[in-house]
Amino acid sequence: MKPFKSVLAAAALALAFSAAAPMSAYAQRTDVVIGMVLEPPHLDPTAGAAAAIKEVGYANIFEGITRIGPDGQVQPGLAESWEISDDGKVYTFKLRTGVEFHDGTPFSADDVKFSIERAMAEDSVNPQKGLYSAVEKVEVVDPATVVVTLKHPQGAFLWNMGWGEAAIVSPASADNNKEHPVGTGPFKFESWAKGSSIKLVKNPDYWGEPVALERAEFRIVPDAAAAIPALLSGDVHAFSNMPAGDALPQIQGDPRFKVVIGSTEGETVLSTNNKKEPFDKLQVRQAIAHALNRDEIIAGASAGLGVPIGSHFAPHHPAYVDLTGTYPYDPNRAKELLAEAGLPDGFSATLKLPPPPYARQGGEIIASQLRQVGINLEIIPLEWADWLEQVFKGKDYDLSIVSHVEPMDIGIYARPDYYFQYQNPEFNAVMEELEVTADEATRNELYGKAQRILAEDAAVGFLFQMPKVGVWDARLEGMWENWPLSVADLTKVHWTE
Amino acid sequence: MSEVPVPHEAPPPASLLRQAFANRSFLTGFVITALIAAMALASFVWTPFDITHLIVADRMKAPSWQHPFGTDHFGRDILSMIMIGSRNSIAVAVVAVGIGMAVGVPLGCWAAARGGWVDEALMRFNDVVFAFPALLSAVMITAIFGPGAVNAIVAIGIFNVPVFARVARAGALSLWPREYVLAARAAGKGKVLITLEHILPNIASMLLVQGTIQFALGILAEAGLSYLGLGAQPPMPSWGRMLFDAQTRMMVAPYQAIFPGLAIVVTVLGLNLLGDGLRDVLDPRLRRER
Amino acid sequence: MIAFLAKRIGIGAITLIVASIVVFAVLEILPGDPALLMLGMNATPEALAAMREQMGLNEPVPVRYLGWIAGLLAGDFGRSFTYSSPVIDLILERVVVSLPLALIALTLSTAIAIPVGIFSAARRGRAGDTVSMGVAQLGVAVPNFWFALLLVYVFAVWLRLLPAGGFPGWGAGVWPGLKALILPAVALALPQAAILARVTRSAMLEVLGEDYIRTARAKGMPRRYVLWRHALRNAMIPVLTIMGLQFSFLLAGTIIIENVFYLPGLGRLVFQAITQRDLIVVEGVVMLLVASVVVVNLIVDILYAVVDPRLRIRA
Repeated sequence: MKPFKSVLAAAALALAFSAAAPMSAYAQRTDVVIGMVLEPPHLDPTAGAAAAIKEVGYANIFEGITRIGPDGQVQPGLAESWEISDDGKVYTFKLRTGVEFHDGTPFSADDVKFSIERAMAEDSVNPQKGLYSAVEKVEVVDPATVVVTLKHPQGAFLWNMGWGEAAIVSPASADNNKEHPVGTGPFKFESWAKGSSIKLVKNPDYWGEPVALERAEFRIVPDAAAAIPALLSGDVHAFSNMPAGDALPQIQGDPRFKVVIGSTEGETVLSTNNKKEPFDKLQVRQAIAHALNRDEIIAGASAGLGVPIGSHFAPHHPAYVDLTGTYPYDPNRAKELLAEAGLPDGFSATLKLPPPPYARQGGEIIASQLRQVGINLEIIPLEWADWLEQVFKGKDYDLSIVSHVEPMDIGIYARPDYYFQYQNPEFNAVMEELEVTADEATRNELYGKAQRILAEDAAVGFLFQMPKVGVWDARLEGMWENWPLSVADLTKVHWTE
Repeated sequence: MSEVPVPHEAPPPASLLRQAFANRSFLTGFVITALIAAMALASFVWTPFDITHLIVADRMKAPSWQHPFGTDHFGRDILSMIMIGSRNSIAVAVVAVGIGMAVGVPLGCWAAARGGWVDEALMRFNDVVFAFPALLSAVMITAIFGPGAVNAIVAIGIFNVPVFARVARAGALSLWPREYVLAARAAGKGKVLITLEHILPNIASMLLVQGTIQFALGILAEAGLSYLGLGAQPPMPSWGRMLFDAQTRMMVAPYQAIFPGLAIVVTVLGLNLLGDGLRDVLDPRLRRER
Repeated sequence: MIAFLAKRIGIGAITLIVASIVVFAVLEILPGDPALLMLGMNATPEALAAMREQMGLNEPVPVRYLGWIAGLLAGDFGRSFTYSSPVIDLILERVVVSLPLALIALTLSTAIAIPVGIFSAARRGRAGDTVSMGVAQLGVAVPNFWFALLLVYVFAVWLRLLPAGGFPGWGAGVWPGLKALILPAVALALPQAAILARVTRSAMLEVLGEDYIRTARAKGMPRRYVLWRHALRNAMIPVLTIMGLQFSFLLAGTIIIENVFYLPGLGRLVFQAITQRDLIVVEGVVMLLVASVVVVNLIVDILYAVVDPRLRIRA
């Protein structure tokens, strides 16, 4: 299989650089305060879906056998290399040696087996249990070798194992990770003042390239109103994704800060209940697509920073196909289509919105736009708990707005019980083919085909790709510019002066 | 407050009216309240702009001749939003006070007339309701039934019940030993009839004063709930939610926060002045103190 | 006095019991599945079932109520669903923010309101009275969260003197902690001060109209002496009542202000817990707040009896 020489070489180079750096700059800052919007409920990535858990822990506290880098590509993690059998079903991982958990327990192949089996178990509470759906068994060959056998070849297996939820944990500490996370990463958990901040310190015994920072603090700053003063006053040095809203231009104009608008995996869509009347009619969904003015929605719901999408795929991905022109903004065409569907006078429906500002603000704009073509929407705001219960689980909704943040999740349209209630055998066939295809070029082709089907079916209203508003002190380097995963990987973060 | 003005026989209405308008506080309050009410009524037939049609291109425009209070983040005219929002504030407060009176006054009168365990039970009920932090309970109520103007009304209304029950009870208790009530008792009239004929008319002025105060508090409470996102829902504008929306844009568009806030202050001020004036006019004992 | 106290304590106990039943019942009917919220959109049904079992949501309601009450009596508030730490720890972490905030606000409001109220009463009808009562009238009408927004704009955004929100924790030192509480305390205190000043003024006026004050004045006692020695003492009863109510309001009703300033206090904890369906935390905090109201009312009742011995008999 592919050797990872180049990655290792880069790591070695970085190691040399960071080892030399402290000598040249004697007063180097070694602490950083990162602002984050949502507080994690707890810190165990294997027991909660909240993105904030991974934002703190991913690559900092916890590591997996593989990891995903800032460019979205799979890199070695606790496994330094691997081999895949010719039938694509047996993965042999060569693990790193001399690795210890933060509590001093040595890391070995048993921990890998334990972590995977724990996540797959009957009583598992892993929010991404599906990542392990193809795993048949895990065997320990020796302390540094583990073999994972799959039920069928899975193109994305290595990538799946790089997710935050696939963190390797130790049987000695797994049950206490919510309150006191113990991983193998370059930072150790220090303290958590609930409602205000989480502190990490450098792990002196880290197996890999030592990090430049001695201390890192994640401070909870829930809103633009607090985030901007916190940044301006220097209380917070960086935001992976800043809730700057309409005040961003003010920060962009300030030379003390660097603003990087990056991409995320968040496809923001007008979720549509495909089984419910009248949304089961293709013409009605097409009419809605024609009635949506993406530029206005992006201006009002994401301060003009979102990238328009025409299907469920991230624009920065090589397999992306620009389908925003499939049903261009055309209110008259929308009215015609409604008339063809037997609804010349339009109709009324509900729009159930979860709490984030993009949904609430986007909802008001969309309601206004659809009113222009005769569709009257009643806006029903919901808390996340209610939204999950009613819309996501109960499928009791007409329309909703939500950003689907899992990476490469176009497959959700093939799930029979998914809340979109979308069914297209042709699409499902493409997905099945993808599941067993490993060749990159063929995969991208299949992804393109899948995108086209969704766009033409107007399965949902495709709105925009969520932007990542990275803002940090201009002297800080090493923050991720894009978000293939919603994390705040601090392993490369350092001050330049 | 624990002190409850002692009721008295009402003077003839015509002289009351004259007295009322001679009272500076009442007059100011009356004029402000009337203006706000007129604005709410006017909004049914006319507003400077149509706020249901969002013009995103016009978003966040500073105050100008065209938009005297500026536009919000969707390009809606803030003056028009405030005008329509006044309906919501007034409706919520009026109905909440109505609920409080409709339930609280009969309860208070019953407790005063019946005494004994009924009275004791009512007082304990009051203790429990007052011991609950009002805003917190309102948040819980809206969490159960979902946010919305109707649920905000219920949440605020529930907390008006013990207030009116207390005022009605105290007023009624002070009237029962009066001679004319005793005379009616002696003449064989039932408690219900006496309450209707003698008690209620004489505590009406106290209830009116309390009603005005609760009305003002209701406007503030509604604004608070809306600010937390638990009041009226879009596209219906509400003053509290306008403030919430304005908060994150405070740095770039402070005017968005100024005008809805002023609308609340002016309305509540008007109602409080009206209430103070009414108290002065309707309660000669207190007036003497001023 | 003992009978009086016993009755007051008895009433407080009943209030607490009724409140516990109400809170528990209300939260039982709250829609939303805490397990689903925790595991999110990709959770498998088995994972959800396992999570519910872990949270103890599978027991019947009365069993859970009794278990909860037994825990409370033993000083155990249970474990948070979302934070998975003991509720009592969460509460204590927040109390160190909310309690100082409420106390500072109450002190500030009292320090402003009582002198202003007395001053106004002493100068009834004169310019000073008109102006201060005009300001008070305005203060009562200002929503505290709006006032807070204006304070943030002026002192944090414009002048950059004070932080706009957040709380560094007392670990960062007393001054940074206090600094973070100044604006919220002022925003809370001023509307309360306006109410208190009005109450103080009218209570003073009422007392000043009483016969014994007139007698004292007629006997030639100095005006100032009468004002402070006799009138103030008797005017304290309504003032104390309002202060008692205000303390409860300040401790519990800071939900909005804590939201404006992102203070990790009790109000935000409970608001967050409601939206996250962290029922056990909501129950714990509400019971704590109700208990604090009951205790403060008890203290106020006792103070009454101290200020006015006549009230002891009326118990």
